[in-house]
Amino acid sequence: MQLARVIGTLVATQKAQGLEGVKFLIVQPLDKHRQPSGEPVVAADGTAQAGPGELVFIIASREAALVLPQHFVPVDHAIAGIVDQVDVR
Amino acid sequence: MYIGRVSGTVVATIKNELFEGRKLLIVDRLNLHGQPTAKYDIAVDVVQAGVGDLVLVLDEGNSARQIMGREPDGAIRAVIVGIVDEVDFEGSPFNVRGSSATVEHRTSNRAHRQP
Repeated sequence: MQLARVIGTLVATQKAQGLEGVKFLIVQPLDKHRQPSGEPVVAADGTAQAGPGELVFIIASREAALVLPQHFVPVDHAIAGIVDQVDVR
Repeated sequence: MYIGRVSGTVVATIKNELFEGRKLLIVDRLNLHGQPTAKYDIAVDVVQAGVGDLVLVLDEGNSARQIMGREPDGAIRAVIVGIVDEVDFEGSPFNVRGSSATVEHRTSNRAHRQP
């Protein structure tokens, strides 16, 4: 799991079965000092409450689909939580 | 699995129910010279690790779910599964019998773990 910043939204009417009602957000992965790291990705919102500007943590690969209501869906990045605080030394 | 150093904490109120009551720590992935690489993970802690600790991190979903008792579902991948006391190989920076820097690490590990 990595930190990421929500930088936008994505709307798709036609999508794979099981993804109905799932919100997609564009997120920029961050390093631990909250600086951008790598290319932005589209992530499904497992919290259903994240929005642009928010700091979140994302989960990648197979496990991403497991934060969603249906587990057998084609998703490779998902938002698992909204971050309140990060302390890094 | 890899060897990491805990460098921070993450607090989140709104999160997947799996993470309720779990501690999330930022772990820097270390190379075999003991230096942090650019990679890090937010990992779930099941061994009472803290900032500064040298830890063993599991980064694989099936095993993570097994440890958390959440098979077959559970959106988890990175778990801190151990606090490392010593790693022994030729030129190991983690070896307590090695460099003085390592001794410092162990000292800080112990200091941190005292109540």
